[in-house]
Amino acid sequence: MTKNKDRYLNLLLVSPSILAVAIFVYGFIAWSIRVSMSQWKGLTADYTFVGFANYISLFNDPRFLVDIRNTVIFTLVFVIGSISLGFFLAVILDQGLRGEAFFRALFLFPMAISYIVTGVVWRWLMNPAEGDRISGFNLLFSMLHLDFLINKWHTTVTWGIAAIALAAIWQMAGYIMALYLAGLRSVPEELREASRIDGANELQIYRYVILPILTPVSLSAIIILGHISLKVFDLIIAIAGKQYPLDVPAIYMWQTTFDGLFYGRGAAIGTLLLLSVAILIIPYIRYTLKNEAQQ
Amino acid sequence: MKNSASRRTQKYWLYFPLVLMSLFFLAPMYIMLVTGFKSFAEVDLTRMWDLPQGIAFDNYIEAFTKLAPYLINSFKMVIPAAILSSFLGSLNGYVFAKWKFKGSDIIFPLILFGMFIPYQSILIPLVVFTNTIMKPLGLSGIPSLVLAHVIYGLPITTLTFRNYYASLPTELIEAGRMDGADMLGVYRWILLPISIPGFVVVLIWQFTSAWNDFLFAVVLTGNRSWPITVALNNMAGSQIIAWNVQMAGSFLAAVPTLLVYIFLGNYFLRGLLAGSLKG
Amino acid sequence: MKKSIIFHFAVVLLILSTILAACGPASNEVEVFSWWTGGGEAAGLEAMIKVFNAEFPKITFNNAAVAGGAGTNARAVLASRLQAGDPPDSWQGHAGQELIGTYVKDSKIESLNDLYKAEGWQSVMPATLIPLISQNGNIYSVPVNIHRANVLWYNPKLLTDNGVAVPKTLDEWFTAMETLKGKGITPLALGEQWTKMHLMETVLLGTLGPAKYNGLWDGTTDWGSAEVTTALENYNKIAGYANTDSASLTWQDASQLVVNGNAAFNVMGDWAEGYFRELGKAPNTDYGWAPVPGTGGTFQFLSDSFVKAVGAKHPDAAEAWLKVAGSKAGQEAFNPVKGSICARTDCDKSLFGVYLQSAMDDWASNTVVGSLTHGVVANDSWKSEIDTALGAFVGSMDVNTFQAALVAACKSSGPCK
Repeated sequence: MTKNKDRYLNLLLVSPSILAVAIFVYGFIAWSIRVSMSQWKGLTADYTFVGFANYISLFNDPRFLVDIRNTVIFTLVFVIGSISLGFFLAVILDQGLRGEAFFRALFLFPMAISYIVTGVVWRWLMNPAEGDRISGFNLLFSMLHLDFLINKWHTTVTWGIAAIALAAIWQMAGYIMALYLAGLRSVPEELREASRIDGANELQIYRYVILPILTPVSLSAIIILGHISLKVFDLIIAIAGKQYPLDVPAIYMWQTTFDGLFYGRGAAIGTLLLLSVAILIIPYIRYTLKNEAQQ
Repeated sequence: MKNSASRRTQKYWLYFPLVLMSLFFLAPMYIMLVTGFKSFAEVDLTRMWDLPQGIAFDNYIEAFTKLAPYLINSFKMVIPAAILSSFLGSLNGYVFAKWKFKGSDIIFPLILFGMFIPYQSILIPLVVFTNTIMKPLGLSGIPSLVLAHVIYGLPITTLTFRNYYASLPTELIEAGRMDGADMLGVYRWILLPISIPGFVVVLIWQFTSAWNDFLFAVVLTGNRSWPITVALNNMAGSQIIAWNVQMAGSFLAAVPTLLVYIFLGNYFLRGLLAGSLKG
Repeated sequence: MKKSIIFHFAVVLLILSTILAACGPASNEVEVFSWWTGGGEAAGLEAMIKVFNAEFPKITFNNAAVAGGAGTNARAVLASRLQAGDPPDSWQGHAGQELIGTYVKDSKIESLNDLYKAEGWQSVMPATLIPLISQNGNIYSVPVNIHRANVLWYNPKLLTDNGVAVPKTLDEWFTAMETLKGKGITPLALGEQWTKMHLMETVLLGTLGPAKYNGLWDGTTDWGSAEVTTALENYNKIAGYANTDSASLTWQDASQLVVNGNAAFNVMGDWAEGYFRELGKAPNTDYGWAPVPGTGGTFQFLSDSFVKAVGAKHPDAAEAWLKVAGSKAGQEAFNPVKGSICARTDCDKSLFGVYLQSAMDDWASNTVVGSLTHGVVANDSWKSEIDTALGAFVGSMDVNTFQAALVAACKSSGPCK
């Protein structure tokens, strides 16, 4: 395995990162937890300990339940949609078509646009007005005689957040495509040729040979998309402003902390957010790491 | 690469879904472009698909005048942040993928977890840190912003590179060791050259996330050093928003990022050639 | 290798920017935080800065404005800086509880009684305004402008074409909207959640009257009373006449519906007037105004004001800025451009347009009450809780739950027991 000099060099190389994360992530999280168990309300810091009072009030808070529901819907639609679309686009572009560079840039461009403008454009596109004020996508659908597609988009009851996930997919699918494209390009051509010789068609090659190799890429993609969807804030505000039916934990936290000056409660929301991530992501990562170790 | 005639003709039907998808991606961009050329009174929900009544560049000129002074701030911040965090991520990724130490399988998820921290909840300690430590050192403003982006970019760059290196066969490393290189040498001479697709992907992400970041920028910098995103947000105004100018400005602000994508995109091809593995 | 060139370049940039950052400005300056960054607001601020530069040429004006509707972003930055003990010299805040309940409560802003005495503002600022920006006899901010919240904007042509008179009472309003609805015209233009709170506060005022409305905020009116129930039911009824896509419209989009002829009425503050004029519309022809039905004779106001920070780095410069903000020259430069009226009662009327002149008359003669949405009558925590309750109400339309939540909010963050 590693020689003696190597054994300590690797630790040295990652120690700045470990130190930085220890302070700026875990140190700050610890501060945040402390605040969440305090009664800090107002501009002056007040660390008086109140135990879990903030957390309990959150679980009795109907708005927080709305937040959780919205996060689940958004995450499912966003992650599944972005990965599917991104992979699909990457596979197409991997075929060596002409104009690949143009399409690549086109699909990546949405990520470059500021969220304010992305939000406003999608807000206009998803406007649910009917009759003579119809506009946006609904207007396009009616002009193309696709009236069955006309819907209320993000003002739909309960499921409206899925429409916002659509805007998010638009923004991020290009990046997932780039991830998969990089991964596809690192699959040795010999492997594909060998499979072809064995009689597999292209579809089977992708399904049984290439997709398994791309598992680490898929893991990256899921984690990146997951972290966006849990923290999504700017896009929703740009599209919908601060509105109750489309509320998510990040917005509730912002409003509670900076608009309502209720720092204790805001920190509790933040901590719960992190906790939910931990419960979902960490077992997933350990499972994947174990799998890799076995290979 | 064998490209039989049949496979070539087979591929033309792929343009159909590609163009369809392109329309989905182009629709919002069309609105953005077209609104950027409209006058204030033309900005209207009911007329949003309409072409502007005249191609006047007034909005673009106004946006450019308001944004240009802050362009340099963005570059000063993004270039060091993107390069540093990518480089560190690459080193970390290498260690966690191919050069593990005791406990690295626990530390890696712990670093990864840093990705999920909501920035709103750490704003205050971050500002306190900047004021107590960075400011007396004269490093407030853009250097603080660079530091914040590098540190909070570490989890994702580490993740990307770690997974990228994990998918490379260990024989590569072994071959290098047998040729007499130590672990660092293997990194420098074997891994780094074929990391180009990884760097492309990570740089695209880090450049974009630092360039488009608003929260850290508005909190950690003052009006003399704030980057283009804050100026863009300010251009919108608070109460009555001029969307025509805002969209023109947003388009301009996105151009550097787009250029970076195009420039880096060329490496997708080169990486392919450089990465052809020979036994 | 190309990479090392880029790396070295980056390091050089880093060092350069560090050096540049270290050479900070040394001259006397005043750092002023606001959210006036675009359009008429920025132009008004610029005009006032010009007056400042002429009067105090030796002080540099450091315009630290950050945009965000009603200062949402600016306030987050401000809160972070105040936590870190690094306040700007002066900042903009809505006069009233937004300031008192937040900054005064935690001793972040200075009392300005001496300044008021020196400048003689006691006699020039309206008597009804001063108690709202004071606590325990100390005045805490310098109001620059006044906006009115309870304005009903309407499309004159739509009303005359359909034989509808401008309503003065709530019942007349219901009848008018019912008539318009029958003719296929959207009676009311409404936007996203905060505009609904804005509508609600005018309906509360219209149903309860000014005395009981004020009582809501000092604890003398019971939020659980039958009159409040009536007010909330009125709100429900009025909102029922609104466009169905309100959740996806900003205030701007909603107000635009009126001047475009797509809706008849819109309740919005009088910054809408500035917007209408920017769209090229003419007063009394393309749009008309009246007090929200039921609120005639009452001026529901909000005011932007400036404060002086405790621990300001340049306290004298901050006071210089406040002198200009409260001066006749400063306010006359700012307000006509911004689209509001002076807080001072002695501004030259001829500088203002048609609507603003009528607003100035009303300001001088009407009963004055404060706005909820714009920070006068309730502190931030209270307003935030009301907002959450309203959000749920908009979906459920359940008056009882909403009223119970309002009672709870008053107990939690307001003066109710």
